[in-house]
Amino acid sequence: MRPSPTSSTSPAAGPPAGGAPAAQVAPRRRRAGVLPYLLLVPAVLVLAAALGYPLVRQAVMSFQEYGLAQQFGQPPEWVGLDNYVELITDSYLWTVVFRSVLFCLANASITMVLGVALAVLMTQTGPGPRLTLQIGLLLAWAMPHLASLTVWQWLFEAQYGVVNWVLVQAGLEQFAGHSWLIDQLSFFTVATVIVVWMSVPFVAFAVYAGLTQVPGELYEAAGIDGASPWQRFRAITVPLVRPVLLIVGLLQIIWDLKVFTQIFVLQDAGGVTADTNLIGTYIYRLGLGEGEFGLAAAASWFMLLLTVALSLYYVRVLVREEEL
Amino acid sequence: MSTLTPPPTTTTGGPRPAAPPARPPSRRRPARTRRRWFGVLAVAVALVWAFPVYWMLNSSFLPYNRIRSPEPSFLPLGGTLSAYERVFDSDFFSAFRMSAVVTLITVAAALVFAFLAALALSRFRFRGRRSFILAVLIIQMIPAEGLFISQFKLLEGWQLLNSVVGLSLLYVAAVVPFTIWMLRGFVNGVPRELEEAALVDGCSRVQAFFRITFPLLAPGLVASGVYAFLQAWNEFTLALVVMTRPENMTLPIWLKTFTEANRTSDWAGIMAGSVVIAIPVMIFFLFVQHRMTSGLVSGAVKG
Repeated sequence: MRPSPTSSTSPAAGPPAGGAPAAQVAPRRRRAGVLPYLLLVPAVLVLAAALGYPLVRQAVMSFQEYGLAQQFGQPPEWVGLDNYVELITDSYLWTVVFRSVLFCLANASITMVLGVALAVLMTQTGPGPRLTLQIGLLLAWAMPHLASLTVWQWLFEAQYGVVNWVLVQAGLEQFAGHSWLIDQLSFFTVATVIVVWMSVPFVAFAVYAGLTQVPGELYEAAGIDGASPWQRFRAITVPLVRPVLLIVGLLQIIWDLKVFTQIFVLQDAGGVTADTNLIGTYIYRLGLGEGEFGLAAAASWFMLLLTVALSLYYVRVLVREEEL
Repeated sequence: MSTLTPPPTTTTGGPRPAAPPARPPSRRRPARTRRRWFGVLAVAVALVWAFPVYWMLNSSFLPYNRIRSPEPSFLPLGGTLSAYERVFDSDFFSAFRMSAVVTLITVAAALVFAFLAALALSRFRFRGRRSFILAVLIIQMIPAEGLFISQFKLLEGWQLLNSVVGLSLLYVAAVVPFTIWMLRGFVNGVPRELEEAALVDGCSRVQAFFRITFPLLAPGLVASGVYAFLQAWNEFTLALVVMTRPENMTLPIWLKTFTEANRTSDWAGIMAGSVVIAIPVMIFFLFVQHRMTSGLVSGAVKG
């Protein structure tokens, strides 16, 4: 929105998080009274009911024996840390966690690299190609997840899928009739292609929006000083869009760690569940599939803590850099 | 190629040469060809990215013998609409109605709640403000997939399983943190001085707000509304968990069921189903996306 060039003279001064914005939003002393609290009430209520309460309840459940018997009326029994111990000593959990983290990091980094590259590409082309690229990305972005998943299943279909056809045309005869979802590695290849395809547009557009806010004079000044394109990118672009990169990167990590729909749907389409579970589908199968609610609740808390741990660095940077 | 740019002959502080035409031949041509190559690259990426969407549309028009042939048909010439008839003959409309109602409730409630909250956060200083903003940020990190067990139990306890109200409640809570975040950015963008000027001119505070600030916030409200719309329209997991009866399916669940039933026999029908779900969203989205991104970025970057 409003540009706030703190100091357009020193290009490498970093993001405009210095003193100026703080002054802009500076507390204008007005006696607030109860009005602001009243304004918050509806949002707080709905959050407390639909997120807060389940969160607490889940914490309670994670310390209880809560299986099928309890579903049918038997009072749950307190078991202390048993659920957690059972989970943590089960090597399958660690397999799933390792797989999830690997999947998350791979997908998030591929997405970020591609997204930033495409954003830079948008700044480097004329209006025609740029618009074409933007429309292409928008189409992918706007696709409802289930619709895209369905389309990708069709693309990777063994007999009549166009992916196998293209690979065979390219001389890779072994792909004739190849089933992609049965083998673990190719299952996750398909999942990665889909997740990256869906997430890159958001990154590209957000970063592009950030890039367009970088004042052009900075580049001119650097050009006069003889900076190479790469140097300009490093010294001007990266520091100035850093806040955008941070928040977008954080969101990617959060989203890719809890990928559920894609895995769940692909599993139903022919993947071997035990070989392809990520944390989300694992919790689902554990809880609603096997009725082990206590265990599933413990696993959920475990997942929550893992997410927080993985994104802690980002949150700290965000909190430090942002004028809340 | 791009690294071959000539060394800077101009001294840093010196006066620029008065006659620039001397330089362009050597300097501009590589830049222009580079630009052209980037253009080709951009168009190529666009085609690759849009291909699945095209393929969905194309396949939905193909008759049985052409969709199941060793040689794919890349153009739907001589296509048919029969796949769409099969879609509309299924329980598509009941799922459509369910999705429409849930989405409408979610958008309306989320907008009102988030708007009030954003106003409080942006226009007032009060105790707990910072912590609330921080909480909004952190809530977004709670993995929804880790919560659905107890959300299921919650609705079960309140007798809200399979109900529009229950599902909407979960959706509103899922959407509200982000809409607050987004709207806060937009409200911050409207200078408070405008309101104060109106006060000086004799408006009441409420009048000033509704005459001056509110109209300027319309784009932000539209963008956040669309965000909420997309989330609720597309959501899969919670609907799967909470709407256990087939007659209460939302559209994503319907599409999954339809796909499972027809995977071996009717890919054209499945693609037609995807088209019908996707097209309205896409049209909607194309109009507002730039507002959404700029809103997101301004909300994220600027205090």
